[in-house]
Amino acid sequence: MRERALAWLYTRPEARAWALLAPGGFWLIAFFLVPLLVMFAYSLMPRGIYGGVAPGFTLEHYTRFFDPLYLQVLKRTFAWSIACTVICLLLGYPVAYVIARSTRWRTLLLFLVVLPFWTSFLVRTFAMIFLMRDTGLFNSWMMKVGLIQEPLTILYTPFAVMAGLVYGFLPFMILPIYASLEKLDQSLLEAAEVLGARPAARFRQVTLPLSMPGVVAGSLLVFIPALGSFLTSDLLGGAKQVMIGNLVQNQFSSARNWPFGSAASFIVMALVLAAVTWYLRVRDAGVRIVPPK
Amino acid sequence: MTAAPKAQPVVQFAGVSKSFGEVKAVDDISFDIRRGEFFSILGPSGCGKTTTLRLLAGFEAPDEDGGEVRLLGETVNKKRPYERKIAMVFQNYALFPHLTVARNVSFGLEQRKTPKTEIEGRVQRALEMVRLNPEVFSGRMPGQLSGGQRQRVALARALVLEPAILLLDEPLGAIDLKLRKEMQLELKALNQQLGTTFVYVTHDQQEALTMSDRIAVMDTGRVAQLGTPAEIYENPRTAFVARFIGESNFFDGRADRRTGGQWVVARPGGGTFEVPDHPSVSQAQDVRIAVRPEWMDVQKPDSIPPGENALVGIIRDIIYLGETMHVIVTVPGTGDVTVALRNEGQLIKPLLWKRGDTAAVAWLPEDCQILEQE
Repeated sequence: MRERALAWLYTRPEARAWALLAPGGFWLIAFFLVPLLVMFAYSLMPRGIYGGVAPGFTLEHYTRFFDPLYLQVLKRTFAWSIACTVICLLLGYPVAYVIARSTRWRTLLLFLVVLPFWTSFLVRTFAMIFLMRDTGLFNSWMMKVGLIQEPLTILYTPFAVMAGLVYGFLPFMILPIYASLEKLDQSLLEAAEVLGARPAARFRQVTLPLSMPGVVAGSLLVFIPALGSFLTSDLLGGAKQVMIGNLVQNQFSSARNWPFGSAASFIVMALVLAAVTWYLRVRDAGVRIVPPK
Repeated sequence: MTAAPKAQPVVQFAGVSKSFGEVKAVDDISFDIRRGEFFSILGPSGCGKTTTLRLLAGFEAPDEDGGEVRLLGETVNKKRPYERKIAMVFQNYALFPHLTVARNVSFGLEQRKTPKTEIEGRVQRALEMVRLNPEVFSGRMPGQLSGGQRQRVALARALVLEPAILLLDEPLGAIDLKLRKEMQLELKALNQQLGTTFVYVTHDQQEALTMSDRIAVMDTGRVAQLGTPAEIYENPRTAFVARFIGESNFFDGRADRRTGGQWVVARPGGGTFEVPDHPSVSQAQDVRIAVRPEWMDVQKPDSIPPGENALVGIIRDIIYLGETMHVIVTVPGTGDVTVALRNEGQLIKPLLWKRGDTAAVAWLPEDCQILEQE
């Protein structure tokens, strides 16, 4: 019976593809697509009195979002996410470059990059609070050394949020860039050098363009989660540094306004989609790589 | 190009050594490469030929007090590749996958700050030189080219710089046989037409013999022999060279006596053969010779032409190869001796023989290649 089923699959490549797609596909449909559709439906329904939704149809949640207060949060979220991506790129590229070029220390360095994942993000964020608060490690050390007399206010500032975001997402920038640099054919660098390219020109004209796939992947892996993050801004920014993620979370919990939370989510999703599409367009216009036959 | 005197070598290796950790990849090599010649560095993998080329390109520097590499008379030990007046074609072509064919070819010109107005024409001429139609290929990406076309682009990218020296690292290794033969002739023609010095690294002895003006045969980091293809094929200095360039049969013995300008060599298993006078042969000295299979003949043991060396054995196998046939004769005390017989149509000599026959391998004393002891 088993052999016959396998033999049947073997002769039908399409059936085989479906069989391979089915388990994962089912998972995504059941736990991603369906909830998404439910949320979309909620976003178009009036708010229920005790949370949830009431029957009916309305666009009020979408129009409400265009209140200057929320637009301000949206603007801040985008600005921070972009800044976070740029900072991660500037910090992460050199690290990825060194790891890709090292031979002896490569495994150790990669291990160190991945090490933070062994602890929950929540715990690590709390650890940052201990580091940054007025009586925290950083301030007490600076005062002991005598660099400052009064503790610096770090916690609950935009700086603290940005530090937390960059810290949390940096590995997602380093790893894809490392992967694309590691694949880089050494003889291309030698060819550039023998053709007269000095190190700076060689980096600009060969290394950087050929590592663009990693830069693009890393940027998306940082930008998109940064846009939806709420934990970092909640814990390190206090109530003062609200991001769109906090807003949505708030609507589903204490504010008990599910339809508005859903509408906000969909607006952000649409914006992310637009931003990513634009980004990939720009990237494709810049670099054109035809894979070898 | 500097106005160096014509006689000055373009490249000089003066006692150059290069080690990687404990391994001496290049061990005290010294030779000159003349202006405009097609110079091949030939050897098996691991012999140091690639390291030698990389020392010349500037990817590696000689060891401390590991001699001097000179380009156009100037010591370049510490110079980076971009400071040297060289161009190079890589084994895997190393074309930039993100740049068009035209941009690949113009890459070096752009680094050298060549005026934009000049670049287009030079790129076009370089592509034409390697027989790629600029109109068809300029805009293509390397990924859209066949292996042979990529090879030509790589060559154009190097030649467009009009270098004094062109380094080629097994550039034909990945191309199929027919195209390879064609490219060999084209490379040779370009070398003559441009007057550029070609330094060509290969492990393919046939390729080296076909194209080179001179060949340096390398073995374990040293130059085993340097000479023209004919010198190396006909007078290999060592058993390594004799074995690596073409095929050879080896015979050992001890110089016994001298008669009529020839030495009679006694074989350890009995019997003798004669070798011509040679400075390295003296009384009671061990002698090792090599004889090319095509310089030998198979004879009936009772009808050996006078004056020829002959050793009797049993025919072990006869291998048909088309234009030649190999008769393998097992000679006691020596082992298998291969004799190559030309296929002369209806007069197919090997058909006179069959496996198991007793036969003599015969050759002229003049065809003995006396080898140095390694």
